[in-house]
Amino acid sequence: MGMTMTQKILAAHAGLDRVEAGQLIMANLDLVLGNDITSPVAIREFNKIGVDGVFDKSKVALVPDHFTPNKDIKSAEQVKFIREFAMEKDIENYFEIGEMGIEHALIPEKGLVVSGDVVIGADSHTCTYGALGAFSTGVGSTDMAAGMASGKAWFKVPEAIKIILTGSLPEWVSGKDVILHIIGMIGVDGALYQSMEYTGPGVASLSMDDRFTIANMAIEAGAKNGIFEVDEKTIAYMKEHSTREYTVYKADEDAEYTRVIEIDLSNLRPTVAFPHLPDNTRTIDEVGDVPIHQVVIGSCTNGRIEDLRIAAKVLKGRKVKKGIRTIIFPATQKIYLQAMREGLLEIFVEAGAAVSTPTCGPCLGGHMGVLAAGERAVATTNRNFVGRMGHPDSEVYLASPAVAAASAITGKISSPEEVVGS
Amino acid sequence: MRGTVIKYGDNVDTDVIIPARYLNISDMKELAKHCMEDLDKDFVNRVEPGDIMVAGKNFGSGSSREHAPGVIKASGISCVIAETFARIFFRNAINIGLPIMECPEAARDIEDGDEVSIDVYSGLITNITKNRTYQGTPFPGFMQDIMRAGGLINYVKEKGE
Repeated sequence: MGMTMTQKILAAHAGLDRVEAGQLIMANLDLVLGNDITSPVAIREFNKIGVDGVFDKSKVALVPDHFTPNKDIKSAEQVKFIREFAMEKDIENYFEIGEMGIEHALIPEKGLVVSGDVVIGADSHTCTYGALGAFSTGVGSTDMAAGMASGKAWFKVPEAIKIILTGSLPEWVSGKDVILHIIGMIGVDGALYQSMEYTGPGVASLSMDDRFTIANMAIEAGAKNGIFEVDEKTIAYMKEHSTREYTVYKADEDAEYTRVIEIDLSNLRPTVAFPHLPDNTRTIDEVGDVPIHQVVIGSCTNGRIEDLRIAAKVLKGRKVKKGIRTIIFPATQKIYLQAMREGLLEIFVEAGAAVSTPTCGPCLGGHMGVLAAGERAVATTNRNFVGRMGHPDSEVYLASPAVAAASAITGKISSPEEVVGS
Repeated sequence: MRGTVIKYGDNVDTDVIIPARYLNISDMKELAKHCMEDLDKDFVNRVEPGDIMVAGKNFGSGSSREHAPGVIKASGISCVIAETFARIFFRNAINIGLPIMECPEAARDIEDGDEVSIDVYSGLITNITKNRTYQGTPFPGFMQDIMRAGGLINYVKEKGE
């Protein structure tokens, strides 16, 4: 029996010729990542192990992005603790305000992940790098600590769901709609403990930004990782951003899958996840009348340049409806600069939106756009759990940047087709 | 271990176990004051040391925050039984030494307030109130070693010595 992409990568990093689903392995790590919420816990655990330094100063990345720029004294103390650790241990990839970004947009942009890598990150959306054909998965702080010390982590080799994409996306439909559609179909635990492996002729039509969005939300289906087959676009992206050697793994013809799902991208519609689970999805045609109070465009899911371009296309020459707070967060400094050069930031400000420095803030109800009781937000983020963006009686509707921007103009969940015309 | 059950439903996510608005601190005892706050405001008042948490499918879904199993442990919960666990929560619980057990039958049958005893190594769960037993999935040997060591850090230290 053959192996899946994920199984091949794990086997190679465990020094084994082959692995099988269910097998426990110890794998070598190419990158260990943490943020300002998870790293303080990890550093304290790391210090208990009693090693002098991290396993490789170039293979640890610390990105304070959640409560930064620091929202209060307690968060400032947490980041100070991480900063001092980074200085003391000579961590090469510590990213300070001014050069930082939301970790899952920043790490690929800095060329720190390439196809064939094994990456763990103490952040659940670490699965984003599967877009590059890497095995990357979220872990907790203790795994991060052990990973920083030893350069290794234990894994149970996952089974996989094969997702065959055909066709190409219609106008106003993006990677976000693809992943919301899939989660709506299989449920928030539909891929529990498994890999979601994307293949098929439709992959070629998806941009890298779409693929990052799709891989990013694998965790919202309970998956261990989401991974795309490497193609010319992946290789072009890696060559542009990284000098590292990459390895391309393809699944064997006879690899075993628990389920095969075929999706014709051409048939998808803009999709919205209603409170309070990402699998509670409806197409834009089934949404009905949902008035909103706030729009958030950004996050590790949808804060990349294409996301901002599509939002600008909708907002250009229009005005955010009076009383609707619209906040836009380019995910990294590089994306921010690019958006500035392309005139996107000007479009946003003229439309009446606020533009922020990169931060995870509003997505997790941290800062920069927290919701009051009874308020509703349309957000391009990844979770709509109870209390996720603020008060437990607030509501989050997950959508694409196109739908979020259109909703900002009408003040209710709306289709971009309706606002701009198709 | 033996304790009284506090029961919840499906998809209990880490945002309701410990809301992110409190994560500007990382002291688990301090954070435990807010454990389950957005789902059950009364939890912190009724939890007693040794109590057992029972829930449905996909327990601990969402964020990778280790603070979630951390505050459950710091609240005095001795074991969590669920139909299924989200994978990062599952890992984290083992790594920090919070006993957990997957057992759909027990998760469905046990009710809030039942008195339950658990052998995490054999996987046997006994409902003393209802006089029933359920067979949970015991951990593979490697994970039992981590649990016995009291978590991953001690395990790594022991291996290193």
